[in-house]
Amino acid sequence: MLAHEFMRSAFLAGTAVALACGLVGYFVVLRAQVFAGDALSHVAFTGALAAAAAGLDVRLGLFVATVAVAVGLGLLGQRARPDDVVIGSVFVWVLGLGTLFLAIFTAGSSGADGTVAVRVLFGSILGLSTAEARLAAAIGIAAALTCLALARPLLFASLDPEVARGLGVPVRALGVVFLALLGVVAAEASQAVGALLLLGLLAAPGGAARLLTARPWLGLAFSVAIAVGSTWVGLVLSYEIDSLPASSAIVGCATAAFLGAATLAWLRQRGPGGRRTEATIAV
Amino acid sequence: MPTELASLSLDPVTDLRQLTEYSFMVQALEAGTIVAVLGGCFGWFMVLRGQVFAGHTLSVVAFPGAAGAALAGLPLALGYFGSCGLAALVLALATAARRDSAAGDSATIGVVQAFGLGLGFLFVSLYGGQLANLEALLFGTFLGITAGQVQTLLWVAVASLVVLVAIGRPLLFASVDPAVARAGGVPVRALAVAFLVLLGLAVAATAQITGALLVFTLLVMPAATAQQLTARPGPGLALSVLLALVVVWVGLTIAYFSPYPLGFWATSVAFVLYLAARLLVAARRPRVGTAIAEAAA
Repeated sequence: MLAHEFMRSAFLAGTAVALACGLVGYFVVLRAQVFAGDALSHVAFTGALAAAAAGLDVRLGLFVATVAVAVGLGLLGQRARPDDVVIGSVFVWVLGLGTLFLAIFTAGSSGADGTVAVRVLFGSILGLSTAEARLAAAIGIAAALTCLALARPLLFASLDPEVARGLGVPVRALGVVFLALLGVVAAEASQAVGALLLLGLLAAPGGAARLLTARPWLGLAFSVAIAVGSTWVGLVLSYEIDSLPASSAIVGCATAAFLGAATLAWLRQRGPGGRRTEATIAV
Repeated sequence: MPTELASLSLDPVTDLRQLTEYSFMVQALEAGTIVAVLGGCFGWFMVLRGQVFAGHTLSVVAFPGAAGAALAGLPLALGYFGSCGLAALVLALATAARRDSAAGDSATIGVVQAFGLGLGFLFVSLYGGQLANLEALLFGTFLGITAGQVQTLLWVAVASLVVLVAIGRPLLFASVDPAVARAGGVPVRALAVAFLVLLGLAVAATAQITGALLVFTLLVMPAATAQQLTARPGPGLALSVLLALVVVWVGLTIAYFSPYPLGFWATSVAFVLYLAARLLVAARRPRVGTAIAEAAA
């Protein structure tokens, strides 16, 4: 399997993307900002199509659009946590813009079908060139390192914003920076699993980790392990089974991990002692 | 779209005749009207209850439902209603179990959504080819609506609105102040489940016209606009429906006379209305729309 160039590229890019998604996803879940991640994934679609319609590099559109909207959402919302109705209204319109760019793009390049749209929506991890995969890996690792560097204050600010602010942690600025980081990861993951499915890599590993342990650092490790594991298993499965698209396989594995964690948490609650498993206690 | 693009003459009579010249357009307007009433009503409650993310997830799972039905050779409507209803049940049961943690809920909803989309993509690739079809499922089309579909829509709309009217008062109470409502003997949990399932049905009906990705236009934006403008439930609901109707009618009309897609026009009209309402409120007096809780309780 690894003899194929495209599989090596897929593993390289997929691992880096999963690393970044696992780390950022844990915080996304902890801060209850999955919906913001959802919105950014739709913004990624519009950004990519806008770039395609204008004849620019799709990746440029991806990163510019997601980071700009992420920072905008962060600045608009109170305490850098925008409320759901605002997010919903903004991203539906952005999505509408995306359909406009799609129409312009399809009309402009006569004969071009919806492949660009499908690539952006559902990803094309098996179609990455070696250079693209290396770049994706570099960005993914950079995002992961940034997240780790911010992890301590961010954990504090996410779990208890009031006390954190009292102790001089810049909660608001952290919120905006975190959303920008989420934007980068969303753009990055769109290339691997697609704009519509990146939510699976953000929410499922983080959610599962949160169900498994209340200790934040262990949770981060679980989240990364589940994200990377799902990506690997998904890639292998889609290689072995012809009709199974890679993105569906990866998201399916992540969902299975989440279900497993939920069952485990439920059994533990039922079991003798009924321990608390949710990561709501302070660091 | 007709083979020759219709051109807007700015004479209302001629334009109306052009608009209703083809039966597909009449059916699109009929279906759009039904869908707007549904979206306006359910969206208002959804926004009030803060279930925007759940609503979005329900609208997105319409896509795997439709794709699965196409793959299995079943009627598309069955796929839409089946998948949205099922997802609503899953969400209701999963989030009602531990309703005190926002973080857990948002993760669960996100996982349901991502899994649904992954499944949808799998169905589409198993189906093979048909990419134009995929875009119609995601972004909707108002060209292929049949008279039969309009009929089905009408029945679903009437049925779900009747149920909504029946549970409307306790639902309002439970949405605004769940703790007091529970103490007052209102079955808050059962109502939450019932509302999500109804929302699922409404979304399934809407998704057939607007596509899975843009259902949200009619659910969230008119309701959000209405709640900016008035805090009272009755006028708010009416305004929400009215705005949804404006969005559908204006969106369909512009889309008919222009080469660009309905999704773009409908979302743009709705977004402009929303922004206008926000500006109006900001200019008039700060924080009117958020006083809903006090007014209703």
